[in-house]
Amino acid sequence: MVKVTLNGSLRSKVDGQAEIEVDAENVRDLFRQLGARYPKLKPVLDDGVVVAIDNRIYREAVFEPIPPGSDVHLLPKLAGG
Amino acid sequence: MPLDNTLTNERRFNVVGTRPNRPDGIDKVTGRARYGADMTMPGMLWGLILRSPHAHARIRGIDASKALALPGVKAVVTSEDFEMRDDDLRDTLINVMARDKALYDGHAVAAVAATSRAVAKQALKLIAVDYEVLPAVVDENAAMAPDAPLLYDDLFTEGVDPTPTKPSNVAAVMEFGHGDIEAGFAKADVIVERTFKTGATHQGYIEPHACVASYGADGDGEMWVCTQGHFMIRDNCARLLGMDLSRLRVTASEIGGGFGGKTTVFIEPVALALAKKTGRPVKIVMSRDEVFRATGPTSSSTNRIKIGATKNGRIVAAEAELRYQGGPFAGSPVQWGAMTAFACYDLENVKTLGYDVVCNRPKQAAYRAPGAPMIAFGVESVIDDVAREIGMDPVDFRILNQAKEGAKSSYGPTYGPIGLGACLSALKESDHYQSPVPEGCGRGVAVGFWFNFGGQTCVGLSVNEDGTVTVQLGTQDIGGSRASMCQMTAEALGIPYEDVRAVNVDTSALGFTDITEGSRTTFSSGMALIRAAEEATKKMCARAAKVWGIPEEAVEWVDGHARPAGDNAGTFEPMSFKEIAAIAHKTGGPIAGHTEINAQNAGEGFAAHICDLKVDSETGFTEVVRYTVVQDAGKAVHPSYVEGQMQGAAAQGIGWALNEEYIYADDGRLLNPGFLDYRIPVCSDLPMLETVIVEVPNPGHPYGVRGVGETSIVPPLGAIGNAIRNATEMRMTETPMSPPRLVAAFHAARDESVA
Repeated sequence: MVKVTLNGSLRSKVDGQAEIEVDAENVRDLFRQLGARYPKLKPVLDDGVVVAIDNRIYREAVFEPIPPGSDVHLLPKLAGG
Repeated sequence: MPLDNTLTNERRFNVVGTRPNRPDGIDKVTGRARYGADMTMPGMLWGLILRSPHAHARIRGIDASKALALPGVKAVVTSEDFEMRDDDLRDTLINVMARDKALYDGHAVAAVAATSRAVAKQALKLIAVDYEVLPAVVDENAAMAPDAPLLYDDLFTEGVDPTPTKPSNVAAVMEFGHGDIEAGFAKADVIVERTFKTGATHQGYIEPHACVASYGADGDGEMWVCTQGHFMIRDNCARLLGMDLSRLRVTASEIGGGFGGKTTVFIEPVALALAKKTGRPVKIVMSRDEVFRATGPTSSSTNRIKIGATKNGRIVAAEAELRYQGGPFAGSPVQWGAMTAFACYDLENVKTLGYDVVCNRPKQAAYRAPGAPMIAFGVESVIDDVAREIGMDPVDFRILNQAKEGAKSSYGPTYGPIGLGACLSALKESDHYQSPVPEGCGRGVAVGFWFNFGGQTCVGLSVNEDGTVTVQLGTQDIGGSRASMCQMTAEALGIPYEDVRAVNVDTSALGFTDITEGSRTTFSSGMALIRAAEEATKKMCARAAKVWGIPEEAVEWVDGHARPAGDNAGTFEPMSFKEIAAIAHKTGGPIAGHTEINAQNAGEGFAAHICDLKVDSETGFTEVVRYTVVQDAGKAVHPSYVEGQMQGAAAQGIGWALNEEYIYADDGRLLNPGFLDYRIPVCSDLPMLETVIVEVPNPGHPYGVRGVGETSIVPPLGAIGNAIRNATEMRMTETPMSPPRLVAAFHAARDESVA
């Protein structure tokens, strides 16, 4: 199991929860399960969110493995100037 | 790429870390470099855009018949020439050409193509637009008021559960943080709470937007564009015009500055639509007035900051409420403001709440570390005030509370190796900090953070017959990146810098590559080139193995040579890069490498700044006397360019702090759309900005590189505000801290002391 923390406006898509436990092996797996459990979150995940796995940040990396016990954060998409 | 946690500063480089001449330098100083407006095509027409004079108005009708009757006018386009869509380009499309409403002063409502610019200008006057002027709102707080004029009757705040049933100008609400904020404040001995306001600033690039578009009878298009991302231009323009991506080729010109403002489309789809309608190439070049009125400034903002600390200097709670207006569409950078607000501090209890507000101003565009400088102004000011209240040195206070490896960031994830501590140490050891504060001056410090990121990146690397190398880059060079690309390629191949040339190629030459933004290009294109170089040297080892008649595995690449590896491989003389290149045609054909990646793990950026300034109490004029920028670059590939980025970002932040601001009339018209009235700092305004490069290697890059383009625009607002406070004993809470505001503050302070 991994603990997923949702930040920013994402929380409103999961009934206001800040943390959710998910049994996922990689980012795609995580998105599939969260999307199925929280339909309002699915379009946001499809559009792309940033996933932080422990201390590293990934953008559009659906096959990135999530080791058991990882600290996972979902963040809004990042851009820059 | 797997993380390399063994990277240290001990690694020695041959080319990386040196300061060779930039490959594009002579072209730029001699005028040979071709910018956006330098391109012409045979039979070319001139395009001009008609813009709304109203900040908010319903468009009841557009009559272009008189304009079309003018000799020399070939076409007029309006929103009817672009099919409405309901996807990620919806807002972009409405911004490119207003539909039922003009949403800000300067919003495009029609465009004309004519045989000359003069005829096009005359034609614009003949286009009759029937407006119904509506009440406008340009301030984020006014827009949030219950009786504010609404931009849309179907905008319901996102991020609130349940979604409100009443429309408003608040597009979204978002929250970040962890811990128990109230319990934290209960432990505080000192609490400081203030509200700050920042003006909207423009990226202020010297080169206005410019492009030339052609559209052939076969449906193939070609564009020459001043942009930070030509693949984005291809994507947006092709989709808005209903073209296959393969039918549009886009070349990026040299660019006279972007800073985030050229990461979207404005005139480009219009030029392409006019070219399609006329069957002739169309060129559009914005005036400076258009740049100010219709291209991306950053958000203005209002931010309440509250920080509590114990007497011994530990922050126990930090809270911020952010209000950013981003023009007439959702998507201001408030979420990044809310994420970055307290990113420099290790906090047990932290909460940020962001409001994304729509207003009748131009659609905001990214600007160096979008969203971060505004909130850092308030946070770094309050941090200083808390340190002052508890009687602690402001640098020591920051060192005591700094974010470090293993700390949970205020926006969620735990930090890996980061360089904030090293920056603060370097600042403290700097000559500037060690020197006494000059007579009559105040000294201020501040820190700043930016995420940096990687993204989709393609490169090619061709080994030429004479042993030189040509590199093809998908990323646009907006800050001298060709030099660092040549350096990293030369380093990886083991050949001289002078033997490598880099070319920014058009969209037909490589796969999709993300925009140059987010301080990503040196990081991600560099990573891709190192891989491409490894691919090329592997092939060269194989060729040498063939020549020597030994297995490929028995050859290694060392210092630009293939050489037998190990005792059993034989005693062949190593073959140089040039030797292998010269016989490539006989040993299997051309040698090249290429890489396509989605680069991850960009590595966070931190900076610490120190500023000495003096303020004239009669005129409110502020003179920056000395300024030092300390920043973590991970590994500085070309230290001169890294220093240039640090200086450029700091200069823009100083302008934001002291002078720059969009000023609006009551009816929402922009009053200062030009560089005379919108004053950016020039060389004579500033001292030489001193720099200290810190190198804490990023384990996500083969050479330890971190992006450096944005972070140093974050601290200046706070550093200057703190210096002004120490010089005058006045806490300024609104940018720009311009002469009129300082004079008013001096008067208020005098009135208060008299009373």
